[in-house]
Amino acid sequence: MAVHTHVFARLARSVARANGMPTTRQAFVPQPVVGRSPDELRAYVEGDDPVNGGAFIQGVIEGLTRPLDDADLNGTSFDRSAPRLLDADTEDGLNALFIENRWTDFLPIVLPTEERVAAMLAGTSRKPDEVVGRLRPTAFREFWEFTVEKVAVNAVMAGAKPEYLPVILAAMASGMTARSSSTTSFASIAMVNGPIRNEIGMNGGIGAFGPYNHANATIGRAYSMASQNLQGGSTPGETYMGSQGNTYAYSACFPENEERSPWTPFHVQHGFDADASAITLFMGGWYTQFGTIRDDTWEDRFRVQMRASDPFIGPIVALDPLAANKLVDYGFDTREKLVEWLAENSVRPAREYWDNQWMQTLVKPWAVLGQEPFATNLKASEDDEIQTWQPESINVVVVGGETGGTYKMITGGVRDSIASIDEWR
Amino acid sequence: MADKLTVHDPRGFPPDVAGKPLAPRLQTLEGQTLYLVDCLFDNSEVFVDQLDAWFKEHMPGVNIKRIQPRESWVDDPDMCAAIQQDGDAAVLAVGL
Repeated sequence: MAVHTHVFARLARSVARANGMPTTRQAFVPQPVVGRSPDELRAYVEGDDPVNGGAFIQGVIEGLTRPLDDADLNGTSFDRSAPRLLDADTEDGLNALFIENRWTDFLPIVLPTEERVAAMLAGTSRKPDEVVGRLRPTAFREFWEFTVEKVAVNAVMAGAKPEYLPVILAAMASGMTARSSSTTSFASIAMVNGPIRNEIGMNGGIGAFGPYNHANATIGRAYSMASQNLQGGSTPGETYMGSQGNTYAYSACFPENEERSPWTPFHVQHGFDADASAITLFMGGWYTQFGTIRDDTWEDRFRVQMRASDPFIGPIVALDPLAANKLVDYGFDTREKLVEWLAENSVRPAREYWDNQWMQTLVKPWAVLGQEPFATNLKASEDDEIQTWQPESINVVVVGGETGGTYKMITGGVRDSIASIDEWR
Repeated sequence: MADKLTVHDPRGFPPDVAGKPLAPRLQTLEGQTLYLVDCLFDNSEVFVDQLDAWFKEHMPGVNIKRIQPRESWVDDPDMCAAIQQDGDAAVLAVGL
């Protein structure tokens, strides 16, 4: 049997049900376990189960020894498939239904009528019933599958135009959800490269991060809404556990400003031809720092901001073209050179590096297994300065309209995938 | 009377759920081997320490063994095989 903290009770029971074992025996202790002393955790063991009631330890013993009944032996089989079309209703009635079922982001949507979905499907040569992919909100949940038509339905709801559909399909085919259930409140940030940026009127210039462009806004929104609805939901307490949520999760999509960048386009750096279109998906988006590149202080500013970032995930450094060109003046004539410099200067004391829940939970086991550089970092003394990230964990992109030599450092920014858009045209 | 619209259902296709039985239960823990699985979440080891200590103080007849997966959030077949080979029951603990 499994022990969970009480805030995960709905989720734990939902997962048990989705696995056909709704009577799975579970015991609960109070949240949190992180940061609690041995004495406090002993009190959890000797205290009451805040979900099931009664003594926690008695629940554990009973869970292991209470004889199985018919429900335990049979489990539960069920079918959750839904009809392709909903029962006809008024516009007001349908809008209320979509809100009640949490099929929206609580901003107004465009209702996905048959006509609108058919028009959206004209944006791709792919067949409506073709399977695009599978998504789930966390590694612990079951995968849900979806077709081109289902993505088109959500694209209509988000207000997207048919010509945006290949970009949205490429994001949805990536296998990366824009609605992760991580307690850290991950969002997904999408960047588009290649000719399709200009073909569909995306904006990599003034105000690129929003809200100043129809394509940027609705592609990001469609990716988020489709992720929610096609993975089996994103419901707080059940399929979403992000403690604080994330405004990037409404919509986060922009194109790289290739025309004003001094460097090779991002997708070309990662193996695509310049005339190909690609979408890069970054997982993270916890918080954003801001700065300008000034001759005397830019190095210190980058070092301080990197040290202020969580060590678990490297940042996206999004440079306005003015800032990027200033860095070229300092000798960074390639993007790779800047990434190398940032990695080498991402230093902090070992005690700070390891004093992090996710470094302890996810990275420390890799260190124990001998995986470098984590194994060496684990041997460091508390005050030793260690490099936080390797170059592959840092992503530098160019975006903005040159009204200021600014940059944003967005933490975190795992480059989860970079995928072709053209195959979805 | 307002016109009625027909619209698409926006949800994906869930997998079929097939019922599964729970693993057999023990009549008693006395004399049995109980694995305590530290799932590697930050501080879960300290919680499992306390669970371990409680059993040793209050139910010394239970043979407690400790085990961890190789990585967080990744199935560890070797760990499962070890539990199945010489364990009678297991408690997985604990997240966040």
